[in-house]
Amino acid sequence: MKQILQELERRRETAKMGGGARRIDAQHGKGKLTARERVELLLDEDSFEEFDMFVAHRCTDFGMQEQRPYGDGVVTGWGTINGRMVYVFSQDFTVFGGSLSETHAQKICKIMDMAMQNGAPLIGINDSGGARIQEGVASLAGYADVFQRNIMASGVIPQISVIMGPCAGGAVYSPAMTDFIFMVKETSYMFVTGPDVVKTVTNEQVTAEELGGASTHTRKSSVADGAFENDVEALAEVRRLVDFLPLNNREKPPVRPFFDAPDRVEPSLDTLIPQNANSPYDMKELILKVADESDFYEIQEDFAKNIITGFIRLEGRTVGVVANQPMVLAGCLDIDSSRKAARFVRFCDAFEIPILTFVDVPGFLPGTGQEYGGVIKHGAKLLFAYGEATVPKVTVITRKAYGGAYDVMASKHLRGDFNYAWPTAEIAVMGAKGAVEILYRSELGDAEKIAARTKDYEDRFANPFVAAERGFIDEVIMPHSTRRRAARAFASLRGKKLNNPWKKHDNIPL
Amino acid sequence: MFDKILIANRGEIACRVIKTARKMGIKTVAVYSEADRNALHVEMADEAVHIGPAPANQSYIVIDKVMAAIRESGAQAVHPGYGFLSENAKFAEALEAEGVAFIGPPVKAIEAMGDKITSKKIAAEAGVSTVPGYMGLIGDAEEAAKISTQIGYPVMIKASAGGGGKGMRIAWSDEEAREGFQSSKNEAASSFGDDRIFIEKFVTQPRHIEIQVLCDAHGNGVYLGERECSIQRRNQKVVEEAPSPFLDEATRKAMGEQAVALAQAVGYTSAGTVEFIVDGEKNFFFLEMNTRLQVEHPVTELITGIDLVEQMIRIANGEPLSITQEDVRLTGWAIENRLYAEDPYRGFLPSIGRLTRYRPPEEITTPEVVVRNDTGVFEGGEISMYYDPMIAKLCTWAPTRAEAIEAMRVALDRFEVDGIGHNLPFLSAVMDHPKFVSGDITTAFIAEEFPEGFVGVDLPEEELRRISAACAAMNRVAEIRRTRISGRLDNHERRVGTLWNVALQGMSNDLEIEADRDGATVRFEDGTVHRVSGDWTPGDQLAEMLVDGAPLVMKVGKVSGGFRIRCRGADLKVHVRTPRQAELARLMPEKVGPDTSRLLLCPMPGLIVKIDVEVGQEVQEGQALCTVEAMKMENILRAEKKAVVAKVNAGPGDSLAVDDVIMEFE
Repeated sequence: MKQILQELERRRETAKMGGGARRIDAQHGKGKLTARERVELLLDEDSFEEFDMFVAHRCTDFGMQEQRPYGDGVVTGWGTINGRMVYVFSQDFTVFGGSLSETHAQKICKIMDMAMQNGAPLIGINDSGGARIQEGVASLAGYADVFQRNIMASGVIPQISVIMGPCAGGAVYSPAMTDFIFMVKETSYMFVTGPDVVKTVTNEQVTAEELGGASTHTRKSSVADGAFENDVEALAEVRRLVDFLPLNNREKPPVRPFFDAPDRVEPSLDTLIPQNANSPYDMKELILKVADESDFYEIQEDFAKNIITGFIRLEGRTVGVVANQPMVLAGCLDIDSSRKAARFVRFCDAFEIPILTFVDVPGFLPGTGQEYGGVIKHGAKLLFAYGEATVPKVTVITRKAYGGAYDVMASKHLRGDFNYAWPTAEIAVMGAKGAVEILYRSELGDAEKIAARTKDYEDRFANPFVAAERGFIDEVIMPHSTRRRAARAFASLRGKKLNNPWKKHDNIPL
Repeated sequence: MFDKILIANRGEIACRVIKTARKMGIKTVAVYSEADRNALHVEMADEAVHIGPAPANQSYIVIDKVMAAIRESGAQAVHPGYGFLSENAKFAEALEAEGVAFIGPPVKAIEAMGDKITSKKIAAEAGVSTVPGYMGLIGDAEEAAKISTQIGYPVMIKASAGGGGKGMRIAWSDEEAREGFQSSKNEAASSFGDDRIFIEKFVTQPRHIEIQVLCDAHGNGVYLGERECSIQRRNQKVVEEAPSPFLDEATRKAMGEQAVALAQAVGYTSAGTVEFIVDGEKNFFFLEMNTRLQVEHPVTELITGIDLVEQMIRIANGEPLSITQEDVRLTGWAIENRLYAEDPYRGFLPSIGRLTRYRPPEEITTPEVVVRNDTGVFEGGEISMYYDPMIAKLCTWAPTRAEAIEAMRVALDRFEVDGIGHNLPFLSAVMDHPKFVSGDITTAFIAEEFPEGFVGVDLPEEELRRISAACAAMNRVAEIRRTRISGRLDNHERRVGTLWNVALQGMSNDLEIEADRDGATVRFEDGTVHRVSGDWTPGDQLAEMLVDGAPLVMKVGKVSGGFRIRCRGADLKVHVRTPRQAELARLMPEKVGPDTSRLLLCPMPGLIVKIDVEVGQEVQEGQALCTVEAMKMENILRAEKKAVVAKVNAGPGDSLAVDDVIMEFE
């Protein structure tokens, strides 16, 4: 009997060695952890329950029958993050370079199905050379099976991808359809076609890092939502993110004990808006001073910095924040910022995360680059996302809310629940200078007259009260009380029920 | 007594004067420039009058504008604070002409002492020993070099109207004399509107010790002991204390009596300060007399119990001094640390911007300790480029010097400032410096002890262990909170373990933590045990902990997998991990930042005044590369090593931000 039990132990030990000691050392030598070490760091201590440890591939071509390691290049299972269940797969680069075979894909599909059925997030750790070429179309089929499940799971359970090595070719499309992609600086890259193919086809000389490294995808392409220094930090930060997210779309976002009074006032916010209307200020200060414990989890920090997106908590409950950033491009909306914020708003809405919007927007960025790039349709994405969202929506206009951008930024007209404005708010079709130039074109030669007209316009419109008179602003609030006001607003909206009309799905301008 | 006084100043000193006026039941009028519309002194005063645009030479030092504010407000007297118009005889004359009392000395005394050349002559005549130097005015850089050679290097080049380190340079060679003459002259012209320059011998091993005097209009005069102001950076005082750890009673008396005699020789009234330079043998030389309230006056107030501003107001009101020399008792020890908006990691260059966080330590007064903070700023306020970068004066008092220093260390740890660069870490480093602690200091202290500038503080192992223990306890609180999130798998919750690894400043310790109702016991691998308590909760940016019964105060920030801890001048990343996490973390490669050694980066926001080199030129170590003007100071950026200029990216008139690349080297 003892021998039989020992046989299990022996097999487990073999499986845990993955591609063997030499390849594990090589993995460490690259500054990377192994698949199992990553799972260990991602999950609570001793909480990992593995599936399919002994699965091996069935390929008999190219001599593959000679090598049938346990696990087939991916570790799958479930465990907990601070006691909440998540499913995880972690590709093992030490086994066939983490390449995806039919059975490798089947293992991933199995836990994806379970994650869907049991309502828990899916976290995928990607470190794979790509398709298992020896398996040919069976491998491609495996990818597609995973893709189809990513699509079905979208909006049902949170899906997080962590890229911790190569992720190339068709493999990129699984992460691409998940909610968040995180990368590790200098040890991960993603691209559809690699540097060699690029060189052959377009004659461009480019390194893998330049083509698809963390910097490229967080700053230029916006494919990735964040990048971290190393594996340890990346996994710690994924744990931190999971603490903000609901387990699935049937559950409310998590609540955590908090150590920050909801009625905390911040007198310094009364001086956040500079005296000069054209001076920038850092909107992040407002976010940090409103959030519980100044804790802010920023999403896409390095892309389209003219808008800020991320998660905070109010009274221990997750709130998604969208805020114009006057420090960058005066906080205007453009193609990139609209796309970034729209995707974030839709994530929040899909998972019942209330949305807090801080507005200081001078309008849309003008120019041929924007128009040729389709700012009309991209801008409409954000408008659409806010308009269709049925989660609690609280908006605070801190300064400028001009023109169409005013409408877009979670205005009352898009079913905003609480629309607040600071006394410094200016809600108008445009700034005074522009308006006067249109309204009083004939007087443009007379500087004195124009100055008087500008002043008239400012007196009339450069304030929140015209909008408040119409009820478009529910209340003009003191900046120092923003946290208390926002917390109370969301508290009052905890029972909010709002349904959009039945449809197969909408047709957002993609 | 006056019903209403106007304070012709701004910042902390305006607030300081308003406090005393309030105590005396006198109404106050503030004046403010465009940049100070929301300033604290405006908020505190009973009335405020706007006197012009932000630059001081269009507002605070324009006599007509201040006079108009006096007329408008009906103030009967004016306190000038320090700087600005405080030693301007024309201003005092203008007040006299309108029958408004000047809370300061008579015009004649200002004139006599205000000019450094005249004042030295008077002092010499009064029998006060003076430093050798050239009293006449100097025409050009060549003459400056010639005179300097005659006096013998090193020499000090000074603006005649100068003060506070502005328009002052030390030169060790003809070349430096020429260069120093020119930059002193420029600074003097822009700061004081008076570009007269003189040169004197630079005394080595010097201490800067000054005597506070108080004289009334009835012929009475007293000295209130000395202040040791040797801790200076570029002739700008940073740390002051009273009394001086160097003086003996006889020297104190001799200096005090000479100071009073000198004051009385010029018919001085009000509070004044006679500055001396004291060498290693306790020989003292007259340096200058400041005919105003000094920045560092609080340390004198703390050891004498005398409110100097109140005395100044009473004297200006014609009252005789109510104290005699016998009444003056020096009790305990007081230390002042000046908080500057200057980034110590960037060569102390000025930093401007919004104070996103400003929480000074609580002011306390007990028989054992006093903590006092004179400030003119507030959280959410703006540090502008137009004025002096000093934003607060933190003072502690205790019966002994050692206790006063310890109180200062804790007070500095409690002081929270964010949003701008500031010198708090540097001040902490000075308070912990053995030479400072021993009292063996000279005016060269900073230059000698911090030759590379301030590069941060490495804490001793014992201190790191205390911090490690505290962080382990704090991390436990944070981890347990994480496990209390909703949506847990019942009965399969995460249990927070007792074994942790704490890594900081290159040190890594495995430790075991055992918590109980009152705190936690932390056991290190070598068996040493620390007892930690404190009521820190996640999100608190200040942790007031007790480790083995001794206070440990830390500023706490966020770092992935741990804390950013600022304390005792150190800025630490503290990682708290499970033993397994720590083991795996050790496999992660060390990453090095980008190489900036071949770049000249702009160390502060400022304006390029001059580029001294061109592309292709070979430069020597220490050679001037360009001049950046910020906060009215001309900063010459020099080559750190021999190099060849490859590219120049900026030109005169360019306004640059921090870290903008000015030039590149091959």
